[in-house]
Amino acid sequence: MSTASADQLHKLAIVPAYNEQGMVARVVRDIRRSAPDFDVVVVDDGSIDRTVAEAEAAGATVLRHPFNLGIGGAMQTGFKFALANGYDVAVQVDGDGQHKTEYLDELLAALHTEGHADMVCGSRFLEDPGYKVPLGRRLGNLIFSVVLTLIVRRRITDPTSGFRMTNRRGIELFAHDYPHDYPEVEAILMLHAHRLRLHEVPVRMNARGFGRSSIDYPRSAYYMAKVLLAIFVGLFRRRPVPIDDPPDHPGGQAVAPGTGLSGASADPAPEGGGS
Amino acid sequence: MTLLAAEGGIDTRVQIVAIVVTLLLFGLVLELVRRRRLVERYALLWMSAALALLVLAIWRDLLSIGSDFLGIAVPANALFLVAFGVIFVLLLHFSVATSRLGDESKILAQEVARLDEQLRRLRAQLNGSQPEGEPTASSARTSDQ
Repeated sequence: MSTASADQLHKLAIVPAYNEQGMVARVVRDIRRSAPDFDVVVVDDGSIDRTVAEAEAAGATVLRHPFNLGIGGAMQTGFKFALANGYDVAVQVDGDGQHKTEYLDELLAALHTEGHADMVCGSRFLEDPGYKVPLGRRLGNLIFSVVLTLIVRRRITDPTSGFRMTNRRGIELFAHDYPHDYPEVEAILMLHAHRLRLHEVPVRMNARGFGRSSIDYPRSAYYMAKVLLAIFVGLFRRRPVPIDDPPDHPGGQAVAPGTGLSGASADPAPEGGGS
Repeated sequence: MTLLAAEGGIDTRVQIVAIVVTLLLFGLVLELVRRRRLVERYALLWMSAALALLVLAIWRDLLSIGSDFLGIAVPANALFLVAFGVIFVLLLHFSVATSRLGDESKILAQEVARLDEQLRRLRAQLNGSQPEGEPTASSARTSDQ
């Protein structure tokens, strides 16, 4: 499965969790069982239940937000942790148990074999999704898929999947800037703008643990509008974040935190990211 | 009410009311600054708005001159137009400000999470006891002080 070099890498599983008591411990144990060489960090996004205690009892390191930031903020906290602690690989495994940890090996293998992908994305729609994806969800996914495929000029079948693994370059990028809410689609655009490569592998997922999706009907309209706006605006932005050219950056801090907004337009990037 | 029919100029009574109200507004802003409920930056903004109203209330003809210049028949409409424009810009400014504040509080929350984890880990090391399952991320961490 994983190559010899992959075994020496420091690998981190980031588990964003918001009020996931009763589920988060199972996710942590699943990761430790099916991918024992991954360290596990649970990002508690301001839970008011026993999420923190259960995650710690299951053996995870826990990062606690003082209040709820949303999935984007939680993932960025995880990426910052990965960057600060020298991890080479980071993977998102949702705290609600939707992502099947037995695919971690396949994601890791693809990260190293598939034309040196910088991010590998578990896609439900390359093969059988493994559960009944709601129609609205499918439709929204299709729209994003078409739009993204046109922009990125590469087939993206599951742009809303959060089951993703990235290498050091992706970690650096996302530690410095990660979209706020509903970040998955925009993250793909960021990768594209920074010329990082994306590869999809087929995965199955579980239906969510408690049947409680983070996106219900009233919100899905906002979701669509927000993400489409972000895509549209992104086309007119040379780069989503100021960061040194990925090919020649030495691997350290690419940019000081806080310059994110002010430097965005001044960055003399070699022609636009949206192309 | 008189304002709507005020093409010739504003009735004196209304004028007095307007002056009193703007002065009160002025005082309110100053009081808020004194109690440190409002930073000077925004106080200046609101005070200049109040000042503009005050000038308009005292100098009756200014509004007519202004509306003539803009080609607006009813002076009151010129006032509404300008007020709308000012309020729109102000609100936009506040949206920008809250976006920035949201960004900043996100960064702070993430820093708090990082420091909190570090503190708990160091404290656990100091106590020499391993209260929770230690073997996870701790081994890989070398770069923090």
